[in-house]
Amino acid sequence: MKLRVMLAALLVLMFSAAPFLAAQSQQPSAAQEGYVPVDQLPKPQDTLPAAPLLATAYAFVWLLLFGYVFSIWRRLASVEREMQSVSRRIGPTGGPTP
Amino acid sequence: MQRFFIPLTIVTAAMFVYAPFMIIGAPYESTMGLIQKIFYFHAPVAMTMFAAAFTCGIASGIYLFTRRPGADRVALAAAEITSILGIIVLVTGPIWGRKAWGVWWEWDARLTSTLVLWLIFQAYLLLRRYGGPGSDRLAAGVALFGMANVPFVYWSVNVWRTLHPKTSVVPTLQPGMRGPFWYCVIAFLLLFTLTLHLRTRLEKRRAELEALYLAAEE
Repeated sequence: MKLRVMLAALLVLMFSAAPFLAAQSQQPSAAQEGYVPVDQLPKPQDTLPAAPLLATAYAFVWLLLFGYVFSIWRRLASVEREMQSVSRRIGPTGGPTP
Repeated sequence: MQRFFIPLTIVTAAMFVYAPFMIIGAPYESTMGLIQKIFYFHAPVAMTMFAAAFTCGIASGIYLFTRRPGADRVALAAAEITSILGIIVLVTGPIWGRKAWGVWWEWDARLTSTLVLWLIFQAYLLLRRYGGPGSDRLAAGVALFGMANVPFVYWSVNVWRTLHPKTSVVPTLQPGMRGPFWYCVIAFLLLFTLTLHLRTRLEKRRAELEALYLAAEE
């Protein structure tokens, strides 16, 4: 009787601990603490090539930054043109010219 | 700043032209290989984004207490730059993650808090554009929350379990990696200074144009 109770308690404990243990095994691996440099590239372990991804990332950064600086320059030039046009309309006295 | 603008622009452009050569010359990382080289733009851009968010938050705080229009112009310029840099961080990170982790996105603390930071600055810009009168002060409050989020984003990798590399990566960089990394950090900080100056000037000129229109009406 005592053995049956102990066996039942052990089974309950195992079943209740199973989801917790499964969740533990699915946890992502710990984050890297530091980078280790090497002279040669490691042998590829999967089929996803790194070079196109790297090129895409750098091209995206360059294009976005260039586009943003260009957009500021264009907006600034447009405001300057508009200012000159309004200044001409107002004239040197400060009021609108006829 | 006007006096240093052209020399600084030349220096920054030269640094960006030379940056790819430094990155190519940097050693490969032992576990991630070639894809780890995204790090040389991804992390400096993230650091510059933090600087831009702080600039926006501090300028907004000054504007809230002093009502100086100059501070408001700096805040708006910095918010726009934070948004642009945020897009770069949120695009280059997943490209790196796809190869290194096997997934484009992981809802972990670092990635999610970065997305939240970017969304806060999107909210700031939307408020400034469509908020109507008084939205400048409301947006300044939002910017303070955006700035307050930065330390959470930075420390998230040390506090929560995440796939993202920890903050210890940068101080422990090997000499071959350290040089190109800090070179890119300086290049991006210079670019931030220049774009902040240009974008602030644009806002100033817009305010002057508005004043001119008012003068023309009278």
